[in-house]
Amino acid sequence: MPDLHTELARPQAVFEPRIVAFFCNWCTYLAADLAGTSRMKYAPNVRVVRLMCSGRVDPQFVLAAFAGGADGVLIGGCHPGDCHYQEGNYKTLRRFRLLQRMLRQMGIEYERCRLEWISAAEGDRVRTVINDMVEKVRVLGPLDLKLPEELVETILSEEVAV
Amino acid sequence: MAEKPKVAFYWCASCGGCEEAVVDLAEAILDVVAAVDIVFWPVALDFKRHDVAAMPDGSIFATFLNGAIRTSEQEEMAHLLRRKSKALVALGSCSHLGGIPGLANLFDREDIFKAVYLESPSTVNSEKVFPVTRYPHDGQSVDLPGFHTSVRALDQVVSVDYYIPGCPPTPKIFHAAVQTLLSGELPPKGTVLAPDHALCDECLRKDTKPEKLSITEFKRPQQILIDEQKCLLAQGLLCMGPATRAGCEAPCVAGNMPCTGCCGPTSRVHDQGAKFLSSVASLIGAKDEAEIDRILDAIPDPVGTLYRYSLPSSLLQRKRLKETSPQAPAVSSEVLHAGH
Repeated sequence: MPDLHTELARPQAVFEPRIVAFFCNWCTYLAADLAGTSRMKYAPNVRVVRLMCSGRVDPQFVLAAFAGGADGVLIGGCHPGDCHYQEGNYKTLRRFRLLQRMLRQMGIEYERCRLEWISAAEGDRVRTVINDMVEKVRVLGPLDLKLPEELVETILSEEVAV
Repeated sequence: MAEKPKVAFYWCASCGGCEEAVVDLAEAILDVVAAVDIVFWPVALDFKRHDVAAMPDGSIFATFLNGAIRTSEQEEMAHLLRRKSKALVALGSCSHLGGIPGLANLFDREDIFKAVYLESPSTVNSEKVFPVTRYPHDGQSVDLPGFHTSVRALDQVVSVDYYIPGCPPTPKIFHAAVQTLLSGELPPKGTVLAPDHALCDECLRKDTKPEKLSITEFKRPQQILIDEQKCLLAQGLLCMGPATRAGCEAPCVAGNMPCTGCCGPTSRVHDQGAKFLSSVASLIGAKDEAEIDRILDAIPDPVGTLYRYSLPSSLLQRKRLKETSPQAPAVSSEVLHAGH
């Protein structure tokens, strides 16, 4: 099994959305587990990273996922009021709202970064959210961030007066 | 008497403030000048590119290069000076992180050309002439530097040995860095020559920062009468002290203005803007989405605020380019096959 970085960086012949999901240990990860044990089928495009709390999702993780090749990032936490650590998911929500504004300025569409509250009992919700997100990102196409180093020689050589 | 170490200064995409910072050493500059031999400093002394090209490789002890890299000429000089220098030092925010010029990474090259050469109110350009890298003139060709798509920090172009942070670096930071380099006890390559903790640690208002901070309204400096004693974050101002490297001794805060983050992040942080986003957003005193959004509306330019000096060196580096328009979505039959 290749590590996530290698997997995200691997070129694709046919575009298949690659989504990195950060699920909290107490709710959404258990929901994904439930979806698995209930033999629910959903798009295989998501790589799940388990964290103790959605509040642990440092915005740097989201940006690193995008910069590393992810086409979308999904964050899953407990419903408001249900956080195992009382306030963690509220902090996630606040950060997420500002992060979305920042991502929009950077040209990254709203649908590529998603926050969902999914309790441990909602295995089916994991399935619908993942399927829905994969389809939305599929329509958007690859994120395909080009970084400055790759662009150095772009059009300078063509930029000649005649 | 042993030969004095040779030192060079150069500037790329910058405002000249870092050159000023060298002069700001005041009397201390005499010690520096006495200890070194300045072999290249276009802003102050008459040396040319060919003088540098003629020097043996590695013969300059240290080159202090300020400014980000935007043009092909700047890139070429960065490579030349890298080759000629034992130590290449990125001086100031632009060279260290991309700096203010790096905010141009929010725009595409075409947008910038259009704004500058067509749309700016002071421009008359009915023939729509744009800069070109080569222009034939009288049977000869005139070459000009090319304008890259993005602004880059120095270490995105050549390998950098040390960084001196700040916009501009304070005389104290600069002097201490020069002393460190001249001492012969060189820190590991890649070191930022400034303390490695957050600015709040050395802020004079540290004791007025409440234990638990909750912000219900972000304010901009021109909108309020700022209390001169109290923590600026506690007054609702976006002070980047918590996510910014110390060393400057908070002159902005002393001048009653919030820190804007010019010294960059500490060594444990990859992306200063994301880290400040994380810290400041979690302080918002609201739990429902509409109220959070209302509070966030007071930050009209998140990228310009969070990444004022560090956009090119951030994880995303620049705004996504338009040319990367989505391909026609390919449909795959494998999509709905298995769970994880």
